[in-house]
Amino acid sequence: MQFMLLFSRQGKLRLQKWYVPLSDKEKKKITRELVQTVLARKPKMCSFLEWRDLKIVYKRYASLYFCCAIEDQDNELITLEIIHRYVELLDKYFGSVCELDIIFNFEKAYFILDEFLLGGEVQETSKKNVLKAIEQADLLQEKMLKVVH
Amino acid sequence: MPAVSKGDGMRGLAVFISDIRNCKSKEAEIKRINKELANIRSKFKGDKALDGYSKKKYVCKLLFIFLLGHDIDFGHMEAVNLLSSNRYTEKQIGYLFISVLVNSNSELIRLINNAIKNDLASRNPTFMGLALHCVANVGSREMAEAFAGEIPKILVAGDTMDSAKQSAALCLLRLYRTSPHLVPTGDWASRVVHLLNDQHLGVVTAATSLITTLAQKNPEEFKTSVSLAVSRLSRIVTSASTDLQDYTYYFVPAPWLSVKLLRLLQCYPPPEDPAVRGRLTECLETILNKAQEPPKSKKVQHSNAKNAVLFEAISLIIHHDSEPNLLVRACNQLGQFLQHRETNLRYLALESMCTLASSEFSHEAVKTHIETVINALKTERDVSVRQRAVDLLYAMCDRSNAQQIVAEMLSYLETADYSIREEIVLKVAILAEKYAVDYTWYVDTILNLIRVAGDYVSEEVWYRVIQIVINRDDVQGYAAKTVFEALQAPACHENLVKVGGYILGEFGNLIAGDPRSSPLVQFHLLHSKFHLCSVPTRALLLSTYIKFVNLFPEVKPTIQDVLRSDSQLRNADVELQQRAVEYLRLSTVASTDILATVLEEMPPFPERESSILAKLKKKKGPGTVAGLEEGKRERGADVNGGPEPAPASAASTPSPSADLLGLGAAPPAPAGPPPSSGGLLVDVFSESPSAVAPLAPGSEDNFARFVCKNNGVLFENQLLQIGLKSEFRQNLGRMFIFYGNKTSTQFLNFTPTLICSDDLQANLSLQTKPVDPTVDGGAQVQQVVNIECVSDFTEAPVLNIQFRYGGTFQNVSVKLPITLNKFFQPTEMASQGFFQRWKQLSSPQQEVQNIFKAKHPMDTEITKAKIIGFGSALLEEVDPNPANFVGAGIIHTRTTQIGCLLRLEPNLQAQMYRLTLRTSKEAVSQRLCALLSEQF
Repeated sequence: MQFMLLFSRQGKLRLQKWYVPLSDKEKKKITRELVQTVLARKPKMCSFLEWRDLKIVYKRYASLYFCCAIEDQDNELITLEIIHRYVELLDKYFGSVCELDIIFNFEKAYFILDEFLLGGEVQETSKKNVLKAIEQADLLQEKMLKVVH
Repeated sequence: MPAVSKGDGMRGLAVFISDIRNCKSKEAEIKRINKELANIRSKFKGDKALDGYSKKKYVCKLLFIFLLGHDIDFGHMEAVNLLSSNRYTEKQIGYLFISVLVNSNSELIRLINNAIKNDLASRNPTFMGLALHCVANVGSREMAEAFAGEIPKILVAGDTMDSAKQSAALCLLRLYRTSPHLVPTGDWASRVVHLLNDQHLGVVTAATSLITTLAQKNPEEFKTSVSLAVSRLSRIVTSASTDLQDYTYYFVPAPWLSVKLLRLLQCYPPPEDPAVRGRLTECLETILNKAQEPPKSKKVQHSNAKNAVLFEAISLIIHHDSEPNLLVRACNQLGQFLQHRETNLRYLALESMCTLASSEFSHEAVKTHIETVINALKTERDVSVRQRAVDLLYAMCDRSNAQQIVAEMLSYLETADYSIREEIVLKVAILAEKYAVDYTWYVDTILNLIRVAGDYVSEEVWYRVIQIVINRDDVQGYAAKTVFEALQAPACHENLVKVGGYILGEFGNLIAGDPRSSPLVQFHLLHSKFHLCSVPTRALLLSTYIKFVNLFPEVKPTIQDVLRSDSQLRNADVELQQRAVEYLRLSTVASTDILATVLEEMPPFPERESSILAKLKKKKGPGTVAGLEEGKRERGADVNGGPEPAPASAASTPSPSADLLGLGAAPPAPAGPPPSSGGLLVDVFSESPSAVAPLAPGSEDNFARFVCKNNGVLFENQLLQIGLKSEFRQNLGRMFIFYGNKTSTQFLNFTPTLICSDDLQANLSLQTKPVDPTVDGGAQVQQVVNIECVSDFTEAPVLNIQFRYGGTFQNVSVKLPITLNKFFQPTEMASQGFFQRWKQLSSPQQEVQNIFKAKHPMDTEITKAKIIGFGSALLEEVDPNPANFVGAGIIHTRTTQIGCLLRLEPNLQAQMYRLTLRTSKEAVSQRLCALLSEQF
């Protein structure tokens, strides 16, 4: 996977994860173009589209669009399920996740993504294992804070 | 689940985010952000040392501002400080900031790498995890330099935690992608392969990604992964849906891992071991069988995961292209999806079928779905799906259905989306040309194309129709009649005027017998369009008129009147004016004979690759939809059926692909053990899926023959001939490689690859583009290699060619004769100058000498020719002994120029030579001496 973007119905970028080195300018350009392209598509359309020399896989969950760019050889359907599994992880962690959770706890959204996907590849598909890793981190922070206070 | 942000709730951050959200306008937002930035800056600069919590909070705010799309140019140092904090959350935020705002400041990088090193060495698995995530996220060259040695150790160490192994595997993958040369595969390779057997499925999942990428570049080294992947896959697909616990996703066992394993297997040809092969076939059959079972859940996730595996299995079946039974089953399965209610599945089925259409085993099966696909073209609501349908129709087209498909595409064109019209036009033009049995149909189709979508008909398309009409005399009369009729329409597209003008100018005489299309009628018809046309078209029409003067003497006065009119002779456009003046003059002064010679019918065009195909390829861009065009990219020569050889008079249109292979038959390849190609070969250009063959027998000898010449046949066997033509200038060169298919059968998946060792790669830069994956029987394709000599080099690149011929896989490697002496520039000098320089280069490292026995008759003229061919100047009357030969030249590289002197002393009696090379660089002396010694 080359990158993942989360953006709202209004076109506001909520999360961006780049797995290939690009300049900030290029990232902004890609984001702008893709957000526009995806938002212009109608609901019943197919979730895949060709864009430049990449394949775009996207899905809408409530007010948020999840959009992944994969390469020619990559599997579209499994990418669609990567998106879904990530949504499930967020949902489980936040307890019925909504856009606001991601806005106010953006750092958590990044941490969860890193446990699930690394370097653009699936690292751990087990929901239990991913959440366990995040939980442990959360426990760790509480413990340390107790020592401090 | 812990309630979120309990412990580390950063109230300040939440307040700031709320503020931003409450901003009513962009200006207000910017104002609020600037205020915050100023605040943070003052805190960071302030005298009071900030505690970890505040630092974390501010760094986090900066991160938020950056993610909103604003530039951040400070705070990096504070983030780096957080890395060494003992508090997990502070460290975590520090790492997040570093990962998102990668900075190239070298001092910072040193500090960051230091922190990472400490965390990797710590025994704390969570700290290690953070450090590995950061390396994988940033993946910079500097990080590769710092950690490429350490991470493989973590990956294969026995006591590493599973989660760290997973991160390490993907971390290494990322570093390998950014800087492959910094991550040499070492002895850890075999241990990594064995991770495919790991008990922890998460570890297997991560490792499979790593192995796949490594195997693409070093197939030999990771060959053992094939049997392990097959057995792992087999265990997954036969497991009950609950066996794999949390790795089962909506009743589908380990779908991600299955897809990855199937991907890995696509790096290799079908397994050679019959047992492994049988097991894999079973797996693939099981996957196909499961597709027919009733779904275990109604959820879309279930069907997506299941079908993801299915599509990947089909990709593997297509990649192997060896089991007709599986190919046909795959095709039937996709056929079902073509009518599925899920748009996604229809899209993917169309896409996947495109590649199936190019396999000889399944082409017919794909064709049975033609009606469904045509229907998709008409009814799909989503343009991207319709686009796939066009692609598939194009891929499944052959002689039997070309008329139907072309007709459907033409009718779709009338309503097609603007974005894809040009591509459809190209495709129609190619199909019409390729499958024309009857060229009248071809002409009709192209004229229709111009009528329906004239604006999208590029120059290449109308050039091509003219080339074809000129080259085929059986269609010329029909073409003249048809364009004449088409031009009758009151409003016709300018492209039609161009085609009409050109064709009538050449072949208008063929229809002039009919009073309805008499010369004068033809002329008036064309001239009625003249004033509405652009300058280039008018220029073309003027040429048509002068051609008419030759064809039809009776209209000469009329045409002269037109040429003489002010609007022509005094046209503001220089080109038009010049044509009018010259044509008028020509028609006045030239005798009939001269006119007839000057304005003779155009000679046939030399056959070469269809210009339209080239255009379509360019549109698609390199590297994309490779499989799609497979089987379609053919050379014009074949397209037209039997190419007429271009007469010498056509030399005014020189083609770089002019046949070179006639330069002389290749000598019989001498038998001998093939020299080892070594295991260090690193693929420079493309990801070659299969192992590189050892050098073909005779490759060394053929290689040696090219040291003193640039053109000729490099390799030949019963299937394939490889010809070369090259030119060099200073440190640059260009080589044309011609691949000739000697058989009457297509080569499929034809992939030539240039391979350079790491050393060579640093010193010699080669650039080329992939060639058509299909080479028709009897056809020749050309590849251009642009060469730059960066620094002096010793080895030669290897050209590896892989293709399918009939059912068999062919793999040939030959040494490509790009040698250091190609970058010679000859230098003339007198005797005195020569010996002066000769003395200057007298240190032992600069001189290399070789005494050897003559392998060929010792002929003075041949020797001279060889020294000149070698690239140096041949200096006459320099050596006191007239029997000796001396030469001088300069080797040009990007970085330096190296002066070289050589002296060859023959001893006729002993049938020996003594060759002495003196250059300013030892390696150059040695290499040149070795190369030249082989020549005599």
